[in-house]
Amino acid sequence: MPEPLPKSPTAAAEPPARRREELTLGGDIDPALHAPPMRLQFGPSHPATHGTVRITLDLDGEQIVAADVQVGYLHRGFEKECESGYYYQNIPYTDRLNYSSPILCNTAYCMAVEKLLGIKTPERCDYIRVIGCELSRMADHMLCVGSSAMELAAFTPFLYLLEARELVLDQIDALCGARVTTNAIRIGGVIADLPEGFRDFSRVKLDRAIQLVDDAHKILTDNIVFRRRMEGTGYISPQDLIAYGVTGPMLRAGGVALDLRRTQSYLVYPELDFDVPVGEHSDNFDRYLVRMEEVRQSRRMIAQCLERIPAGPVNVDDPRVRWPGKNQVFGRMEELIDQFKLVTEGGVFPPGEVYFALEATNGELGFYLVSDGTGKPYKCRVRSPSFSNMSPLGHALIGRQLADVVPTFGMTNMIGGECDR
Amino acid sequence: MPENSPTPPAAPAAEQPAPSALMAAVLARLGALVIEHHADYGDDRIHVARENIVEVCRALRDTPELAFDLCLDVTAVDYFGNPDGFRTPTRIWDENRGEWRIRPQSRHQIVPPPRGSEPRFAVVYHLFSTRHLHRLRIKTRVPEDDPVIATVSDVWPAANWLERETWDLYGIRFSGHRDLRRIYLYDEFVGHPLRKDYAKQHEQPIEEFTGPGAKEPRRPEIEHAGAIAKIADRSR
Repeated sequence: MPEPLPKSPTAAAEPPARRREELTLGGDIDPALHAPPMRLQFGPSHPATHGTVRITLDLDGEQIVAADVQVGYLHRGFEKECESGYYYQNIPYTDRLNYSSPILCNTAYCMAVEKLLGIKTPERCDYIRVIGCELSRMADHMLCVGSSAMELAAFTPFLYLLEARELVLDQIDALCGARVTTNAIRIGGVIADLPEGFRDFSRVKLDRAIQLVDDAHKILTDNIVFRRRMEGTGYISPQDLIAYGVTGPMLRAGGVALDLRRTQSYLVYPELDFDVPVGEHSDNFDRYLVRMEEVRQSRRMIAQCLERIPAGPVNVDDPRVRWPGKNQVFGRMEELIDQFKLVTEGGVFPPGEVYFALEATNGELGFYLVSDGTGKPYKCRVRSPSFSNMSPLGHALIGRQLADVVPTFGMTNMIGGECDR
Repeated sequence: MPENSPTPPAAPAAEQPAPSALMAAVLARLGALVIEHHADYGDDRIHVARENIVEVCRALRDTPELAFDLCLDVTAVDYFGNPDGFRTPTRIWDENRGEWRIRPQSRHQIVPPPRGSEPRFAVVYHLFSTRHLHRLRIKTRVPEDDPVIATVSDVWPAANWLERETWDLYGIRFSGHRDLRRIYLYDEFVGHPLRKDYAKQHEQPIEEFTGPGAKEPRRPEIEHAGAIAKIADRSR
């Protein structure tokens, strides 16, 4: 045991009590301090933003006078690409929409196609989908909060949350064999049944992950620097949030308890017991708290699903979408023909149009499919939450300080793949 | 079908279910502004004329029992060559199996139908009400030779970016929009890529950046001449 370090004579003394106005130079600022107006290009590749976006700012000193948000640096023609692939071939593309929670995108797309076909999936499949969706949501929130904290120079919680995310990704790996590009959901089913012993595996991993999230919570929530950067910044009134089409944690942090898992019954969410966290100040700190609480609620849901999951098939037995097993394909003629027709023509889909949406990490993720009766979608439109959540950002930044751009953008959680498609 | 029957039996008529409570309220409020309404796959949908779109949207937003305050999505559909929106009967009688089948079964069998009288584009709006939690889809047809429709970005600010995207990818102009720029593609891009007559593999040259701080434009002929001069120096 080494000798304790000598105490510094000044450390024990209280810092002089200074009023907050003096510290922050409150009150009237001398007009001579005003700098000439400046045009600042924030991005497209800025070290303090996680996402490729350009924000053109007009500054008066450190105050933002005008802001123009320009997205589209990751545009790669997702919708054009989908129009030339069969329905089942488009599932891997949807991984690349929101690459930090891909199972949610897989599920939304496959459920839209199932709505077109009028397919009801087996109950065990629905449970596995909920487990996958909630694991994805946890991973996404951990990445969002961790990287946002890192951009505010808090590096330790970033490491904690990334380790927790790795533990969640381990479970996704056990579910479907991939960590990030999952391709886990099929039209009318899932890629595979739960592996053996998944319940215990999941409980161990989740306990450790939640412990790490709690540690990060302790580090961040009472940190004075973090709170001063987050509290009161990025305020958007609830009326503006709705008018700009914002959904998800941003809207709930503004006090509007709109959660499609609660209001629109899909999968097995009506049977699960969970709370919808709601903020009241509509600022960045409430968005952070809502995300942290949603991580815990997701863990509650996963535990309930693993308790209640029934036995049974995980894929619907519908010849329009279910490929016959390989043992039948190699031995029987009809199944061979079925497989050949499904692979080369993509199946038969009724003409018409459907819209299906679910609650993704950032809000309502919707797919609008137009079918002309062939095996390829005539149009595959993505209603991406990141795109709509980004649209009020320029409006919210006007009149604020330059330093508020970083936490506000971080808590918007814009995912380039989903926003720019 | 019996073997000796001269004509196939009539196709089963699509039953018209009673309109939902939401649709009844919408019809009562809008009346003659609604051209037609459907509830395919459980999605309520109305068709309106493009001249009335702003009036319809304002009425849907401001009527308390409808209260569509959240504009989820604005997009377009290009019914290129199929302007009726695939509503023509696609059932054919299959003599071998003795049953009605859906035609065409695969893309190889498609015979492009003659272009009908309906306009080529459809602009589609998806609305949601945070108070009543119901959804509605509005469809409006826009012709090819005059692809213009009034903007609804004054009704919902959310439509601002969504209409910019629709202009960028489909070339449908929104009159009255304050800031109708391209949002995904660069300004020098020619054409609108989500139109069906824009080939998927069509490539366009990437424009050199010419804004402030741009590098000197490359002059290939001068570089080439310089290289030749260097070689000439070396050989001398």
